[in-house]
Amino acid sequence: MTTITLRALRKEYGDQVAIPNLDLGIRDGEFFTLLGPSGCGKTTLLRMIAGFNTIESGTIAFDDEVVNDRSPADRNIGMVFQNYALFPQMTAAKNVAFGLQTRKVDKSENVRRVDEALGSVHMSHLKDRLPGALSGGQQQRVALARALVIRPAVLLMDEPLSNLDAKLRVEMRDAIREAQRAAEITTVYVTHDQEEAMAVSDRIAVINLGVVQQVGSPSRIYRNPANIFVAQFIGKTNLLNREVHRRDGNNVIDFGDGVSRDVTATIQEGVAGQVQVSVRPEAVRAASEGLGAEVIDETFLGSHSQVRAQLSTGEIVEFLEFSHRPSRWARGDKVSLALDFEMLNFFDAETGVSLMRKTQA
Amino acid sequence: MKLPGERLDGWTSIAIALTAGYLLMVIWPLCMVLIDSIHSGEEFTLAGFAKFFSSRLYYGTLVNSMLVTVCVTALALIIAFPLAYFMTMFRIRGNRTVQMLILASMMSPPFIGAYSWILLLGNNGMITRWIEETFGVTAPSIYGFPGIVLVLTLQLVPLIFTYLMGAWRTIDVSLLEAAESMGVTGWRRALQVISPLLFPTVLAGSLLVFVRAFADFGTPMLIGQGFRTVPVLIYSSFVGEVSIDRSFAAAVSVIVIVVTLAVFLIQKYIVNRRQISMTALRTITARRLNGWRGVAVHIYVYSFLTLALAPLIVVVFSSFRNTLYGQFVSGFSLDNYVDSRRDIIRYAINTFSIGLTALAILVVIAVLVAYLTVRRRGILSNTLDTMTMVPYVVPGLVIGIALVTTFSQGPLVLTGTFTIMVLALTLRRLPYAVRSTTALMYQISPSIEEAAISLGATKTRTLLRIIVPALAPGILAGAVLSWVTIITELSTTLFLYNTSTQTLSLGIYAEVIRGQLGTAAALSTLLLVLTMFSLFLLMRLPGNRENMV
Repeated sequence: MTTITLRALRKEYGDQVAIPNLDLGIRDGEFFTLLGPSGCGKTTLLRMIAGFNTIESGTIAFDDEVVNDRSPADRNIGMVFQNYALFPQMTAAKNVAFGLQTRKVDKSENVRRVDEALGSVHMSHLKDRLPGALSGGQQQRVALARALVIRPAVLLMDEPLSNLDAKLRVEMRDAIREAQRAAEITTVYVTHDQEEAMAVSDRIAVINLGVVQQVGSPSRIYRNPANIFVAQFIGKTNLLNREVHRRDGNNVIDFGDGVSRDVTATIQEGVAGQVQVSVRPEAVRAASEGLGAEVIDETFLGSHSQVRAQLSTGEIVEFLEFSHRPSRWARGDKVSLALDFEMLNFFDAETGVSLMRKTQA
Repeated sequence: MKLPGERLDGWTSIAIALTAGYLLMVIWPLCMVLIDSIHSGEEFTLAGFAKFFSSRLYYGTLVNSMLVTVCVTALALIIAFPLAYFMTMFRIRGNRTVQMLILASMMSPPFIGAYSWILLLGNNGMITRWIEETFGVTAPSIYGFPGIVLVLTLQLVPLIFTYLMGAWRTIDVSLLEAAESMGVTGWRRALQVISPLLFPTVLAGSLLVFVRAFADFGTPMLIGQGFRTVPVLIYSSFVGEVSIDRSFAAAVSVIVIVVTLAVFLIQKYIVNRRQISMTALRTITARRLNGWRGVAVHIYVYSFLTLALAPLIVVVFSSFRNTLYGQFVSGFSLDNYVDSRRDIIRYAINTFSIGLTALAILVVIAVLVAYLTVRRRGILSNTLDTMTMVPYVVPGLVIGIALVTTFSQGPLVLTGTFTIMVLALTLRRLPYAVRSTTALMYQISPSIEEAAISLGATKTRTLLRIIVPALAPGILAGAVLSWVTIITELSTTLFLYNTSTQTLSLGIYAEVIRGQLGTAAALSTLLLVLTMFSLFLLMRLPGNRENMV
C-alpha cells in the first residue's frame, strides 16, 4: 500500500536540464504510466524514483516518507527492464529466487513463493531453463515474476514490451495488467507507445521535454487533451486553423462551405480570434453535405481505411471508413465531410493550450 | 542528497589501492630505469645514449631488430590472410582440428621453436646432415637473420590468423552478397570489400606481431648467433658478457620503449580514424571448393600446418633420443627424463606454484580493473586503465630489468624471492587479461546489475553472485590462455630467478645454453604436454566463446 509523491524534482546532465521542475502524485495501487516521445525524460524520471539516477533537488516520497537518500536496494522496489536483465547464468527459478535470498526468506517459503510467482505468469513449466533458452516474451514473464515475488512497495517498469513483436506485445501487456491487478501494487510504467499506455493504465502522465503536459485517465487524455502536444501525441488528429466570431451575442466558428458552429457553451468565455481546432479522424465522415473536399488517397488497413482529403482551404483532413462498403475512394473524387461537433477540441492558436470549459470532462 | 557525478563507495577505495599498487610496482621501477639511463654514478649523463649511437656494433642491433620485425610482420600478414580467407570461405577437411593445431602452435613457447629448428637445420641438424650425406653439399645456415625470421614468422602467423578469424565472424554474409549482386566476386571482392572491413583488425594484429617480434629475446638469443637484436644487446650489457654497464642497458631499454610506444600510438591513431562497428546476423558459411582450386587450397593450409608443427614434433621426438655429454647420439631411451627427474620435479613444482599464484592475482585484478573502467568511468579509472596497458609496450626483458633494479636494494628487497617472480608474471600478463575481461564486461548490460540491486542485493553481493558468475565462462577461458602464456614466459623472469624459483621455461633455456640438448628436449616436451593439456581443457570448457589472446 504505497503512494508516491514527487515534489519539485530537478535533474541535470552537465549543462543540460533533463527535468526542470516536476511534481506528480501517484495513488496507492494505481497503474500509472509515464508516456512521452523518446528523450522526453520519462526513463530518467523512472530511474530517479528507483534511485539509480541522482537528483539535483526536490523530494521523492513513498507514503510520505522521503526516500531521496535511500539506495535502490533499500527502497523495496521491483524493477522490470527493457532488455529483461535476467541473470544469464541462473535458471528462471533461480532468477526469481534471488531477491528472496537477499531478503533472507527461509527455504520452504522461498520455494513456495517462487513457484507461485512463476505460476502467476504461466512460466512454471520452464522454470529450469536458462534465460538464453527462453524467448523474449518468456524472459519478460520471468523478469516480471522476479520483480513481483519480493512483494515490493512499488513496481517500476521501463519500456518492458518494446523489444517484443507486435502480437506478443498485446499478449504481454494483458499479462502485466493482470499480474499488477492481482498483486495490487502501485506501478509506474514507462512507454513511448500511446496505444499501450491507454490499454494498461489507470492514469497517464504525458511528458515532453521534462515537463508534465497532462495527467489523467486514458479516456480523459484522449477526449480532452490539455494542449496541442497531447492532442497530437495521443491518437491522430487533424488541426484546422479557424476564427471565433461574435455573432448575435454568441461565439461562432465558421468552418467554410456554409458550415458553422456555435461554441459559446463549449469554449471559455472571452475567447476571440484565431484558434486551432483538433478534429479526430473518427469525428469526420463522408456525408451528403458538409465541407467540400477532394480525395488524395485511401490507405487500406484491414478493418478500416484511412482516407486523406484536401479542403478548399488547402488543409488536409484524414478520416476513417470501414472496409466493408461498395466502392473505394480514388484520387480526385469529390467528397463532402460532416464533422461530429461534440468530439472537437479547441486550442489557443499561439500557446496551444486548451480553450475548453473545465466542466466538459 | 547524493553527490552528483562520482559515487563514493568501496569501488573508489579499490581504485585508489590498485592505482597505488601500480605506481609502486610498475611506474616506479620503470622510472628507475629511466633515471639509470641518464645517470652514471652520481651525475647526469647521456653517455649511455651516446654510446649506443656511436658504434655500429650497438645501433646496428636496432637496425637488425627493425629489419627482423618488419619482415616478420609483413610475412606473417601475407601468409595469414589467405589462410584465414580459405578457412572461412571454403570447406577445409578437418577444419576444427586444423584450427586447434594452429592455436596450439601459437601457444607453444617461442624459444622451443628456435631450439628445434636448430635441431633440424643447425650445424648438426637432422636435415642438414641428411642433405650433406645425400647430396654432399653444405646446406645453407639457419643461424642469424633467416633463422630468426623463419621461427618468428611461423610463431606469429597463428596470432594474426586468430585475429582475422575473429573479425571474419563479425562480417555479415549480406555484405558479400551485396558485393556479388553488383558483380564483384572472388579476389576482387576479397580486396575491395573484405580487406577494408578487416583493416582495423589486421592493424591491431600486426601491432601485436610487431611488439612480440621486436621484444622477443629467446629466439635471437638461441638462433641469432652473430646477428644481434636489441633485446640481446640489452641482455648482454645488463648481465655483462664483457663488462656490466647498467646505465647503457637502461638507455637501450628506453630506446626500445620509445620505438614500441611510437608504433603503438601510430596504430591507435589510424585505428581510431577508421573505426568500424559490425555485428553479423548471419555469418559467412564455408562452401565446398572442387577441382584444382580445392586441392591448391588444401595444400596451402596443410603446408603451413606442417611447418608450424614440425618444431613441436621434432622436440618430442628428440627427447627420446640418447645423448652423450648433452649431444644426441643414436638410439632411443627414456634416459633424458630419468636422468633429470629431480630437476624436472623442481621445475614443475615452481612452475605450478608460481604460475597459479600469479594467475589467481591476475584474474582478480583484471576483473576489478575491467569493472572500474566499464562501469565507473572517471579520471581514476582511466588512469588505471592506461597504467595497466603500460607493460603492453614494454618488452618483458625491460620489465625484468626494471624490477631487478628497483627491488634489489632500497626499502623493498624482493630479488630472488617467490614474490618477485609472481609479480613479474602478473604484470606481464595484465594488459592482455584486462583487455579480454573488459571486452567481456561490456557484454554485460548495466541493467543486470541494477536488477540485482533493485532486488535488494548489496554491491559486494552483486559482484560476487551476479557479475563474476555471468562472466565466469569468459574469465575461465581467458585464465587458461593466461596460464599458457605464464608457463611459457621467459624474458621477464630471466633476471629474477634463482634455483629455488626456476620454472620449466627457465630450465629449458638454461639447459640449451649449457648445451644439455637432451634434457632441454625432455623439459620442452613436458612444457608442450602441459600447454596442450591446458588448451585441451580450454576447448572442453562450457560456453567457450573463442575469445583468444
